[in-house]
Order: sequence, then C-alpha cells, then structure tokens
Amino acid sequence: MIRLDGLSRTFEVGGQPVHALVDVHEEIAAGEHLAIMGPSGSGKSTLLHILGCLDRPDRGVYELLGRDVARLDEAELSLVRRHTIGFVFQFFHLVPRLTALENVELPMVFAGVDPAERRERAMGRLRGVGLEPRASHRPDQLSGGERQRVAIARATVLDPKLLLADEPTGNLDTVSGRHVLEILEQMNASGLTLIVVTHDPAVARRARRVLVLQDGRVVHRGSGADIHEAVEALSAAENGG
Amino acid sequence: MSPRDLLGFAARALRGHRLRTGMSLLGVAIGVAAVVTLTALGEGARRYVVSQFASIGTNLLIVVPGRTETTGGMPGMGGVPNDLTLEDARAVLRGVPEIDLAAPIVMGTETVAFGERRRQVALVGATHEMLEVRRLGIANGRFLPPLEWDRSSPVAVLGQTSARELFPGRDPVGEIVRVGDWRMRVIGVLAPRGQQLGVDMDDVAIVPVATAMKMLNRRSLFRLLMQVRAHTDLDRARDRVVRVIADRHGEEDVTAITQDAVLGAFTSILRVLTLALAGIASVSLAVAGVGIMNVMLVSVSERTREIGLLKALGAGRRQILLAFLAEAMLLSSTGGVLGLLVGWLGVRLLVALYPALPATPPPWAVAAAFSLSVAVGALFGVLPAHRATRLDPVAALSGR
Repeated sequence: MIRLDGLSRTFEVGGQPVHALVDVHEEIAAGEHLAIMGPSGSGKSTLLHILGCLDRPDRGVYELLGRDVARLDEAELSLVRRHTIGFVFQFFHLVPRLTALENVELPMVFAGVDPAERRERAMGRLRGVGLEPRASHRPDQLSGGERQRVAIARATVLDPKLLLADEPTGNLDTVSGRHVLEILEQMNASGLTLIVVTHDPAVARRARRVLVLQDGRVVHRGSGADIHEAVEALSAAENGG
Repeated sequence: MSPRDLLGFAARALRGHRLRTGMSLLGVAIGVAAVVTLTALGEGARRYVVSQFASIGTNLLIVVPGRTETTGGMPGMGGVPNDLTLEDARAVLRGVPEIDLAAPIVMGTETVAFGERRRQVALVGATHEMLEVRRLGIANGRFLPPLEWDRSSPVAVLGQTSARELFPGRDPVGEIVRVGDWRMRVIGVLAPRGQQLGVDMDDVAIVPVATAMKMLNRRSLFRLLMQVRAHTDLDRARDRVVRVIADRHGEEDVTAITQDAVLGAFTSILRVLTLALAGIASVSLAVAGVGIMNVMLVSVSERTREIGLLKALGAGRRQILLAFLAEAMLLSSTGGVLGLLVGWLGVRLLVALYPALPATPPPWAVAAAFSLSVAVGALFGVLPAHRATRLDPVAALSGR
C-alpha cells in the first residue's frame, strides 16, 4: 500500500539545515497497524505529515496505492487527503463553533455530498463511536475522550484507506485513551490501515509493528509484542544514542 | 462546496465573533447609508428646482434687455442696448401669434409705510397678465385690474410677509399705504409663495407697470414675461420674438430665455452635484472595505489551525479561497442591506425635517451603493482569502 524509498526531508531553522528525515525506506502493507516512536525532534511527525500528503519530501519516492505522490498537483493532493487519508490529532482539532454532527459532516461538505445523505452518514458514524446522543453538542460541551471519538468519526466518514493518528491518546486519561484505541483497532480490524505516532509504549505495544526513529533515521524495527526492545532503543535514542 | 454550504459556513464563522462582525457591518452600513442619503439630498435639490420651475409654468419665455455675448467697439461708441419698452411688448403680442399673454415687468426697491411702520420691499411694476403668467395666487382682495398698460393707477398688491409686517393682525385691503412718495390703496394680498427665481414673492409690493416706471423714473422694462400657447411652439416663438424686437431696435439687443434652457442648466448642475456627493460617500465605503480586509486578516491568522485542519480534511485551495471570500462578501453585503435600511431612515428623517425638499435616493444610487458594498467585500476579501489558501498545513495545524 505504501512504499517509501530513500525519503529525506530537510528544514531550514535559523539558517541551519535540520535533517528531519534521512533516507527512509519502508513498506507498509494494506491493513497494517504500525506504531512510530521516537523522541521529540526525531522526525516522526514529519514522517506522518509526508504520509498524510500535508508535506512533501525533498528527495526520495513516496508511493501511495501505486501512485507517486510527488507527481500529484495541489488539487489532486487535496483529493487524496479527502478520500484516501484520515487524520486524528493529539489536540482533536474540532471546529469549535460547529456541533459534533457538523464536524463529522465537514469532509463531506468539501466532497459535495448531498446535505440529507451527509446528515445520515455522519449520524451513523457518531453511532459507531457511541456518540449519537451527543450529536448536537459543541466541542466545548464534550469531554476529551468524546472529542477524540468525534474526530475519529470525522476522519473515517469518507471511508479512507489510511488512518494517521498523531498521539491520539496524548491528551486523554487512561480510560478514555483505551476506549479511543479500541475504536481505532476495531476499524483496523475491518481493513483500515492504521499508523499511530506515539511516545507511549502502552499504545505502541498494541501495534503489530513498531518503528523507532532517531534523528530522522529508522533505528529499530520490531513488533508490538516485543515492545521492550523498542523501549530500549527509544531510551538509548533519548540518551543521545 | 455548494453555495448554501459556503454561506452557512461563512455565517457561522461571522456569528462566532459578534463584536468584530458588528463593527465591520457598521462600517459598511455607514458607507452605504451615506451614499443613499447624500444622493437623495442631491436628487431632492434637483427635484426642488424642477418643481419651482414647474410652478412658474413651463411655457414661459423671458426677454431680457441686452445680449449675452459681448459685442461693440470702443466704450462710449454705441453698444449700449436700446430700452425694452412697453411698445416692444405690444409689438411682440401683435406680431407673434404663438404668444398667448405678455407680462411686462419693472423692478426696483421702495419703502412701503403704513402709519409708523415702514418696510423695504421689492417694488414690482406689473400688469394684470402677471397673475396668470407667473401662476400667482390671491389670498384676499384682488390682483391688479386689467388696465391699459400706459395707465397709472394708485393701487398696490402686497406679498404675504409685507402685508403681515405692515398690518399685523388685520386685513390691509382697502387701506392707504405710502409707497415711496406715493399714496396707494391696497387692493389685494398674494397667497404665500416663497422664494422664486431669486425674488421673495412674499415680500413685494406690486403696482401697475406705468406707475412703477414713473416712481422709479425708468423707461425700460426689467424683463418681459410671455406665455406661449403650446410647449412645442416655444423655440419658434423665441426666435420670432427676438426678430420682432430686433426689427424695432435695428439690432439684436435682447436675449430670450426659455424655461427649458434654464431648467436644463440647473438640472445638469445638480446632477453633477449628486454624482459628486455619491463619489464622496463612496470613499467611506472604500474605508469600510479596508476595515473588512483587516477583520478578515485577523480572522485568517486566528483560524490558522482551522485552515490547516480543513486542508487535512481534503479542502482544496479553491474551496478555502471561496470560504473566506464568501465570509467577506457576506459581511459586506449584510452591511450593505443594513446601510440601505439606515439610509432609507435617514432620508425619511430628512423629509420629515425639510418637507419642502423632495429628497429621494435615485434608483441608480441605491443599486450602485449596494453593488459597491458587495464588490468591496470581494475586492478586499481576496487578499486575506488568498493568504489563507497559502498557509502551510503542517505549520497551520501546529498553530505556528
């Protein structure tokens, strides 16, 4: 589903080049559950943004569903984001003036889905995350866990192939965090490719595969079951390698 | 995004910042209201002038001694126009069949006194015909009797103000007043008329033209007013009148003015005035546009995270551009509607305060003010909207 070949991304910060990603090679199969770990500044967010077509690599190839993303123009990229990719963020990013239902409807508004059908589908997704009774609440009337569930409903309402989650439980208590993860895993189980960026080993260990990044390079590849290896690699990375 | 979705999205965004939205609405509303009210004022002035002329009569032909263009040789060697006399007036009546009535007018200033009360008024020497030619009304008594134009008679007709000032609380008809050194009997009082063509017709004393010429020691008429039978004959009548008088004087030394020409001049002047007022008012609309741009720029920078999110959700550049443009245009057109309302109230107030002024905004100004307000939103909304589309989604999402 995803093929990364020699992917590199460099930023200019204060006139100094910062190598956020250096020569990343990776293949991610459809339906996979992958966790990406790494200390802050390791390039894991940059990788997620490139995977989500919000950012472009300076070098290397990013192939998504057999298409070279670098060859797509801005309009095609927005279509890819709309129909192929779903995003879940640490800070939920719900539009504060819209109700839960309207937030879920938002991607369909851009996709030009008919209002009646829009409403019905959004309501169905809210039901799926157990929030149908809260449909008319605005984000500030919802708990953190509820907000993230609304965000998940929104991310998946157009049936994407790939769900990217950036610290999805980073702002939640343990109970609602687990609830959110269960929902994500349920979607993964029904075929959705799930990529989670996290620093929390408890989250990463639930993934089938774990990558650890350090200074823009993949320094460890393992499975969720062997999370202690990843944690060791991570603490080594945090201590400056 | 359907237009309905665009508008709904924009309306919600605007409702989220009531104060800010209200302020920019106010700016646009003031601009539009200013255009509407000021053009209504200009248009009112034009209508006022037109109605003034119409009240005098549109078939009016006025002959004034002297020519409009400057001619002649050395000063003192001819070039002095001949007098316009009563004989000329008679000749015109005889020689130009299109003329229905002729009213010779002499004007001067004289003191009218009754007992201890004195008042400086405009002395108008006229004939019976003036009543109809100038469309005057009589409040009580009667107007000058139909006399031979050459015959003097010691009678006077007073204007409203003169009558009221000289005879407070009583009827002047039948009383004897002194006009200059002359004793005259008041035979009538004019109905109120107000300013007309620069003469306050309420503050006059009208006496027979021959009498006025003696009192003022003048042989020449101030002007000769004529009523033409049909409006279509106006130009032909003017040419023939000028020719008849030129034949008598041996040169063309009078100017004939038609009502239409004067009215046309006034109308075009006041049209320009109205346009100028509209232009000045439009400046305030432009200022309101800058205000909208400011609000939209603030809105874009405040909502960078949201814009980043919209991009992540798959909103295209065009959709984001349209969303912010719709917001600016919704703001400006709502302000425009409010402005039309305020302007309408303003015009109503104006009319209530000055009933004489038929102030009403011309339709073109209303249409222009509203379209301008929408255009202002589009024009000044483009830059902020464009800025929104160019935001880097990664930076925008992290709120940087």
